[in-house]
Amino acid sequence: MSNAEEKFSDQTLAKMKEAIAEYPDKASAVLPVLQLIQKEKGWVSPASQRFTAELLSISPARVKEVVTFYTMFHQQPVGKYHIQVCTNISCSLRGGEEIFAHCQKKLGLKGHKDVTPDGLFSLEHVECLAACERAPAMLLGENYKMELTIEKVDEIIDRCKKEGSH
Amino acid sequence: MEKVISALWSVPGANTLEVYKKHGGYEAAKEVLSSWTPEKLIEHVKASGLRGRGGAGFPTGMKWSFINRGSPKPKYVCINADESEPGTAKDRYILELTPHLLIEGTLICAKAIDCHHAFIYCRGEFYDQIAILKKALAEAKAAGIVGKNALGSGYDIQITVHSGFGAYICGEETGLIESLEGKKGQPRIKPPFPAVVGLYNCPTVVNNVETAAALPWIIKHAPEEYKKFGTEKSGGTKLLSISGHVNKPGTYEIPLGLPLSEFINSPNYGGGVWKGRKLKACIPGGSSVPILTAAEVEKTNIDYESCAANGTMLGSGGCIVMDETTDMVHSLRILGHFYSHESCGQCTPCRTGTNWAHRILCRIDDGEGRPEDVDELLKIANNMVGRTICPLADALAMPIKSFLTKFRSEFDKKARREKAA
Ligand SMILES: Cc1cc2nc3c(=O)[nH]c(=O)nc-3n(C[C@H](O)[C@H](O)[C@H](O)COP(=O)(O)O)c2cc1C
Ligand code: SF4
Ligand code: FES
Repeated sequence: MSNAEEKFSDQTLAKMKEAIAEYPDKASAVLPVLQLIQKEKGWVSPASQRFTAELLSISPARVKEVVTFYTMFHQQPVGKYHIQVCTNISCSLRGGEEIFAHCQKKLGLKGHKDVTPDGLFSLEHVECLAACERAPAMLLGENYKMELTIEKVDEIIDRCKKEGSH
Repeated sequence: MEKVISALWSVPGANTLEVYKKHGGYEAAKEVLSSWTPEKLIEHVKASGLRGRGGAGFPTGMKWSFINRGSPKPKYVCINADESEPGTAKDRYILELTPHLLIEGTLICAKAIDCHHAFIYCRGEFYDQIAILKKALAEAKAAGIVGKNALGSGYDIQITVHSGFGAYICGEETGLIESLEGKKGQPRIKPPFPAVVGLYNCPTVVNNVETAAALPWIIKHAPEEYKKFGTEKSGGTKLLSISGHVNKPGTYEIPLGLPLSEFINSPNYGGGVWKGRKLKACIPGGSSVPILTAAEVEKTNIDYESCAANGTMLGSGGCIVMDETTDMVHSLRILGHFYSHESCGQCTPCRTGTNWAHRILCRIDDGEGRPEDVDELLKIANNMVGRTICPLADALAMPIKSFLTKFRSEFDKKARREKAA
């Protein structure tokens, strides 16, 4: 891991400032700041965690604790398209586990945030996404995809492959 | 039935300030902020019978009344939009379709406890919903609805939208508070309750999205009007999601007291069990509540008292339907996985109990069980109940006990590795 300090865009830095101003105690901004970092960089590197600690005057250990507690933070880079398939109860009753197994097979991934060699896809199974009434559901990056079928998933992944390779 | 919460769901553009105001939006908040005292507001909501819609069903007016408004400390309202209870998908609709209704409800909650800074805590996966809510909030700020002298009332109020990032336990109210303070979302030991020592050690109320969204209608009507929708003890309406093996999964607003079988079978709601199959079981209130057999479903109405009388709970209103082909061992295994994954790890009975239970369920389900496993599971569940900081341990123990009591033979059969007939 490189020790070089992370640089962020002016826009991200401005948004961090805005976020900090929203709270009576700036330590509260640790989630928003880390989220902005992940939005720009795709993950939260050790260097950006140190940056966060300094920015908010909290200990690096506390930032690390937060990063490891909240499962949506990526401690390693993920694919350009990160897929999160719900395998909880309402989705499973309508084929969510089969959808996940199909993604594993199609992408050749285990599904623990591992990444395809071309860097396009990463996969994980997740808990209930609050889309139970339109199960099975998944998140493709930041977007919900619901009422999935194997065919729909194939279409989605194939479209990403086409768009992602440009 | 007139709709309290979902009235504008089919109105195009109801997420914009313009359309929302056209339908009487912010009239209730304006009146409350300008001329109601907190006492009047609390009494009105108490009389309406509104109970918290996040799961515990605590009377909302009473919850507000626990706040010492004379305290020199700031008071905080946290709106719980963490919606993570498996089977529950209702607050999402409010965020997506009528974000201004939530903002208006938040203003009313704030006035009740003399709060001038409210937080709306959304689950992190709600990227789109958060964007919609933030856009609505920006509109409301620009229009002078939120901010200094809100709605020309002389009342100052700031609202902050905060996003979690993947942790079910942050839906528990003190986990949520810890998370808002920028920490791991580990629930606090109570007492002290948040009403006394909450966010930043200040008096705090946590209210669910749906609870807040019911307030504007309640304010505009006599309290008895709201109560009339429901039963004597369970007043009002409730959003329910229905998922699993039904023809018309979806999210519907119902009058409390509706028979559960009608909710599952009526063409207005669930539309009946799919594929012409028979009902096997139903979890009426989200994955944490005890499961009902088909026979019990027939006797249960969707209200707090009837659910309790039939050994379950209304919970968050996540109704999960299972047809006759459902594998109960596998279903419980999924719940075991969920709760062991989401345990925050502070309490030993929860951390080790959920993990053990999950491991045993896996081996039974995978055909590697032992005959004594089923009793072992019951023992673990009994040791988890009531021994922890928050109710997450109970939230697995209760399903284990109800699944094993009501569908024991399926577990025994699999544990003894008998071939399925
Ligand atoms: C493990 C756990 C998870 C919870 N998740 C949620 C949730 O996602 N949303 C919610 O509103 N309440 C949730 N609750 C209930 C809250 O602790 C709290 O009772 C509720 O937000 C209060 O609002 P209300 O009185 O308006 O219902 C959860 C409770 C527990 C124990
Ligand atoms: S019961 Fe479980 S989730 Fe709740 S505080 Fe204890 S360990 Fe954490
Ligand atoms: S169970 Fe999959 S979204 Fe709720």
